[in-house]
Amino acid sequence: MSARLHAFANPARFLRLARRLLPWTAALAAICLAIGAVWGIGIAPPGKPPPEGQGETVRIMYVHVPSAWMALFVYACVAAASAAAIIWRHPLGHVLARAASPIGACFALLTLATGSLWGAKMWGAWWVWDARLTSVLILFFLYLGHIALTHAFDDPARGARAACILALVGVVNLPIIKFSVDWWNTLHQPASIIRREGPAIDAQMLAPLFFMICGFTFYFFSVWLLRARAELAALRTRALKLRLLAS
Amino acid sequence: MDGIGRFLEMGGYAAYVWPALGLTALVLAVLLIASVRNARRREAELAQLEAELGRGDEG
Amino acid sequence: MKAKTKRLFFVSFGLALLGGAVALALVALQDTVTFFFTPSQAAERSIPAGQRVRLGGLVEEKSIRKLADGVTIEFRVTDRSKAVTVRYKGVLPDLFREKQGVVVVQGAFQPDRTFVATTVLAKHDENYVPKELADELKKQGLWQHDKSKPAGK
Repeated sequence: MSARLHAFANPARFLRLARRLLPWTAALAAICLAIGAVWGIGIAPPGKPPPEGQGETVRIMYVHVPSAWMALFVYACVAAASAAAIIWRHPLGHVLARAASPIGACFALLTLATGSLWGAKMWGAWWVWDARLTSVLILFFLYLGHIALTHAFDDPARGARAACILALVGVVNLPIIKFSVDWWNTLHQPASIIRREGPAIDAQMLAPLFFMICGFTFYFFSVWLLRARAELAALRTRALKLRLLAS
Repeated sequence: MDGIGRFLEMGGYAAYVWPALGLTALVLAVLLIASVRNARRREAELAQLEAELGRGDEG
Repeated sequence: MKAKTKRLFFVSFGLALLGGAVALALVALQDTVTFFFTPSQAAERSIPAGQRVRLGGLVEEKSIRKLADGVTIEFRVTDRSKAVTVRYKGVLPDLFREKQGVVVVQGAFQPDRTFVATTVLAKHDENYVPKELADELKKQGLWQHDKSKPAGK
């Protein structure tokens, strides 16, 4: 019985916090995305025209890089929530993991799609099986697997454990994605932002990119809170209905 | 060519740049709208059920 | 408390074990995971003629020429220690150029150790510099990325 009380006490506090945070994260997302989009697409200079540089296709960077960063970051969040659920039995763990993975799947898909459009013109191929692209495709499949497991059963608790294990196993893929361009010969270029020598992107392009990355991050937190609220409401509805049936 | 036309042309890469930007905007918008709708529906469902059950069922 | 510590230990241990296994597998499969071989790596492995491989490197300066048939392009791909002559018929990617541009050619070695490519891909580097700045640097002679003319000129 006490475990049950514990399970309800925490979500109530979380819901209060979510309600208070959501307007702020949503506003910050809107502001950052508006600034980043106008600056990046309209004002920032294009790259050198091909064959020396990427010309106007660098504008794809302003959506491709934030999507890729979020695809990794969201996965880390799913894994952290899963760890909290499986190790500490935190009642919110499953809810937060389940709420985040569809968002991560969208970001992974956008990474692949925008990268494909970019590569088609700059590399001369829509898709290649190099280590970077393949590991991001695997990340996308991990998200799909996680979504499938968390939604496969009517009782959300049943798939939850398997989903947790999948999420934790998939963590191995994150360093592979990040370092694939250093460990193997890939067609994808090495890191431009987080690298030992400092960013290799000119400040005029880095500034709008920074706003886009912040915007994507706040967007994720907003949608995550929203989806977690929905998940909690559904759980509570289910619990109430079950109790109604039992009595 | 005027400024808008040149902007839309994206240095000859319009067919690659605009779909990338458009797809991103579309996916993020659809995900947001779906999430807002779903949250509203689930919370309304819960509120209705709680109202039907009346008080005394807290916690 | 005890149970939590135990679970934490098992999860960390499991992940470390899994990470080690994956690392070993990737090291063992290195030749499969790698997208292309450099000319030196290709020579080291003495890849048989006719086997489909990808070869990557810089396009050697002043090596690009059109053959007598008017459609086949020949150039040399180098990693600065070894070079391979490549022949290719088809569309070149926008980023194809001499010296600075890394290209990845897909095809097969011929018995005479030249390479016939069916696909040419261009790799771009990690530097993002606006056009105006690059022009300015070039004017001042500080632009170290590009000292050669674009390909095909």
